[in-house]
Amino acid sequence: MSAEGGLTTTGYIQHHLTNLAVCSDAAKDAAGHCQGFWTFHLDTLLVSGLLGLIVFGLMAKAAGNASAGVPGKLQNFVEMVVGLVDQQVRDTFHGKSALVTPLAITIFVWVFVMNAMDLIPVDFLPVAASAVGVHYLKAVPTTDPNLTFAMSITVFFIMLWMNVKVKGFGGFMHEVFSAPFGAKLAPVNFIFRVVEDIAKPISLALRLFGNMYAGEMVFILIALLGIWQLPLALPWALFHILIITLQAFVFMMLTIVYMSMASESH
Amino acid sequence: MNINATLIGQAIWFALFIWITMKYVWPPLQKAMADRQAQIAEGLAAAERGKHEQELAAKRSADALREAKEKSAEFVAQAEKRAQQIVEEAKGNAKVEADKIVAGAKAEIEQEVERAKQQLRERVAELAVAGAEKILRKEINASVHADMLGALKQDL
Repeated sequence: MSAEGGLTTTGYIQHHLTNLAVCSDAAKDAAGHCQGFWTFHLDTLLVSGLLGLIVFGLMAKAAGNASAGVPGKLQNFVEMVVGLVDQQVRDTFHGKSALVTPLAITIFVWVFVMNAMDLIPVDFLPVAASAVGVHYLKAVPTTDPNLTFAMSITVFFIMLWMNVKVKGFGGFMHEVFSAPFGAKLAPVNFIFRVVEDIAKPISLALRLFGNMYAGEMVFILIALLGIWQLPLALPWALFHILIITLQAFVFMMLTIVYMSMASESH
Repeated sequence: MNINATLIGQAIWFALFIWITMKYVWPPLQKAMADRQAQIAEGLAAAERGKHEQELAAKRSADALREAKEKSAEFVAQAEKRAQQIVEEAKGNAKVEADKIVAGAKAEIEQEVERAKQQLRERVAELAVAGAEKILRKEINASVHADMLGALKQDL
């Protein structure tokens, strides 16, 4: 089951859920595990980065060679994906912005390929990694809340920037303090607004993280069933394709909606 | 669930990929798709124009055909008229010719008749003179009664 034989079930699961962390020696606890903020999850960073470089590099290549004539296979596929995202943006976001469509494309494609790492059988990459001396590897970057929060917080800041850009700083402040109850209840409005806006990145990040973490957990549990994992892993993987696509789509869609809300006055 | 500095690294990745998409993926694709859309629209419009032109050409050819038919009918009518005219003319000429021939023949016949009459007159006078000679051999002298015979010949 695991590269390190003789593990208990709990140990196996925990091993699968541990990131490959690096930090300075001073930040390590007695058992040699990294503690504190200045820890980097190398597996998350590398897997997500490599996937992104490959897929966006491919897309940039296809786009660079794009012509108005009959498109090639790669161009056609990229255009199909991009066209699907663009359609969603057109339907939801009515302002003018050069950022929203690329942002939505980036989110959809990147989250999709990272989620798709879940379809690689749970032991393949950790075993391969331990063969070259790496003892921990969490292959699905979206099961790391650091990644989902990084994305949602970035989206949050873009949202704030969009608010200020469209309404001006004064207009944005006016909206924060006077909607929805009017200027007389400014403190209440402000608190409402803060809760509302803080909830957005948190719900974005936790939704994606929770779905992918749970899906990964089910794969790990199925992998514990010995011979019975064979008839179970395939249906769960097939079903998981739906979740992978859906979560990527939901993250993208909600981002577009937030951008749309940010660019429209109440 | 431990939040740590990975967050910063991921945010940098995310920003990098947004930048790539914004700069190298979306604009050229958007342009290509828009251009293709324009091309397709143009092609459809051209097809529509072609169809319209074909309709016009069909109409023109139908017009030309009808005109040609009318003209040929006119020609046929003219030719028929001319033929009739020629026949009429020929008929007239023939009649005149025939009349001429008939008149000629009549004149000839009259001449013949006249000549025959002349001959007859001469013969009758000779016969009469011969008869009278036989009867009057003795007492009548032809030279004496020549005046009388001449007057008789004239009477015939």
